Amino acid sequence: MRRTVIVDETVRVHHLLDREEVLGPLMLSPLMIYLVALIGLPLVLVFVYAFSDATTGAEGFSFVGLQTFQKTLDDPVFRVALRNTVVFTVIAQLVVIVLATILGFVLSADFRGRWFVRFLVLLPWTTPIALSALAWLWMLDSLFSPFNWILGQFHVVDVGTPVAWLGQDNLAVTSVVALNAWRTLPLAAVILMAGLTSIPPELNEQAEVDGAGFWRRFFDITLPLLAPIMMVAILFGIVATFTDMAAVYILTRGGPGESTQVLGSWSFITGIQGGSLAQGAAIGIFMFPVLLGVCILMLRRASRVDVV
Amino acid sequence: MVARSPAVAISRWAVLAVFAVLCAFPFGWATFTMFKADGDLYTVGHIPFLYNSPPTFDHVRVLFTDTAFLTFVRNSFEIGLIVVAITLAISVPAAYAIARLTGQWGGRLAITVFIFYLVPPTLLFLPLSRIVADLGLQDTIWSLVLVYPTLTAPFSTWLLVGFFRSIPRDIEEQAMVDGYSRAGAVVRTVLPLAVPGLFTVVIFTFAFTMNDFIYAVAFISSSDSMTVSAGVPTELIRGDVFFWQSLMAAAVLVAIPVALAYNFFLDRFVQGLSLGAVKG
Repeated sequence: MRRTVIVDETVRVHHLLDREEVLGPLMLSPLMIYLVALIGLPLVLVFVYAFSDATTGAEGFSFVGLQTFQKTLDDPVFRVALRNTVVFTVIAQLVVIVLATILGFVLSADFRGRWFVRFLVLLPWTTPIALSALAWLWMLDSLFSPFNWILGQFHVVDVGTPVAWLGQDNLAVTSVVALNAWRTLPLAAVILMAGLTSIPPELNEQAEVDGAGFWRRFFDITLPLLAPIMMVAILFGIVATFTDMAAVYILTRGGPGESTQVLGSWSFITGIQGGSLAQGAAIGIFMFPVLLGVCILMLRRASRVDVV
Repeated sequence: MVARSPAVAISRWAVLAVFAVLCAFPFGWATFTMFKADGDLYTVGHIPFLYNSPPTFDHVRVLFTDTAFLTFVRNSFEIGLIVVAITLAISVPAAYAIARLTGQWGGRLAITVFIFYLVPPTLLFLPLSRIVADLGLQDTIWSLVLVYPTLTAPFSTWLLVGFFRSIPRDIEEQAMVDGYSRAGAVVRTVLPLAVPGLFTVVIFTFAFTMNDFIYAVAFISSSDSMTVSAGVPTELIRGDVFFWQSLMAAAVLVAIPVALAYNFFLDRFVQGLSLGAVKG
């Protein structure tokens, strides 16, 4: 009885800060204020710019309604960029789903030298994209690429003939897609690996006792259990590829011509280098529906887990 | 997943070898290139997989003595350290509040924070470049210090919520029964237990700041204030002249330490990722 009284007095001394309904919001507020100021407000500004004639040079701007959007939609480069963004993301992530499943599977096993193999396999994800894109740029050099020499040895091309790895539409598109798949693969594999290790081994052992072979177990047990976490892995990959700017900008500058331009790089070239904030913003806004879709998928996933 | 037969073991190694080559080849090639003499590198017909003349350190030395590379590295470190401090200062209290103090709102708040993480730099860089210019921060590292927590704080908070939730409530409740205030209890009991999680956040915050390209090239145009990611591909390439050995040296010398750091903390990162991802 007496002890309760003492505790109550301590509580009274620390009164406000010990009340959860005060302390909670207080601890949350710096983060929330920061996020609203530097993500929320700029996000609103993107939409404001897109309906205006804002440029990097002038201070003020006036609203022009849908005129900027009209101009953006009429721009053939924008249409290429929009198509590329969707196509690159879909192809790259389809490749990643297949490869990441295999890689996650072999990496989840315990073997000697696992640490070193993991180190090598993670490099595409851990290295800043600007620097790995630079390594690709050299690897795909038109004259000194090692692939040129290999093709030369097999007499596919003559030794010393330049190969336009990045200077020919199809090859450049393939290169950009490959770079995007390559750099998002390790994270997806690592997430799938975590998913694999969380599957109770008894499930597979029991199925094996019951006579299920490797592929049967893989398709009937492992894959369905892996599906939710695979979705998370792919959503990260979609966001990274869909909103990419650096990979394209460094590898091809959007070229040859504008054939590898994506929304991110075109928005940068128009908005910063071309100085048209309005049009740069209007281009960026076309990323919004996909990002919104990703958000909704994440939300539905989270609420479903909460229920279970 | 224990190997049962030599055939399984061999095929697993074969698959691993293919993936290792696929993932690491550009860096292996970069490492091989950085020691090549000009005459060897730029002669068509030389077998590219051999050193046709003796390897040289010249181009690596040039990177350090004749380019702004070290300035970029110093800027990246300064920015990284300050952003880590800011990120911890706003993420740790917020994550604790979400994990412990907000009751049924916790889950929704965690999701809100995560949605902020999904808003990409490629959408925000235009208004942010205007804001940075209005604040007079253009062309200084402070523009990046101001903006980088947008990349790091939501993700760090999300990871930390998972880590805090995995620490039993009883621990700080016991300390509070013993007479400590909530803050005192957290500092004495929860934070020491969360140290591995905090280290993970520090490493990944640092890595995220290194990784950015778009903000750095949008806000900064003088090489004095550039980061490694922006400076190496833009400043070290002059016109059409590529100093390939030096460029590759820069890529490799950054890639290896970052990859090592990731590897040491990967298991915790994945754990945090799945804590956050699975529990919402």
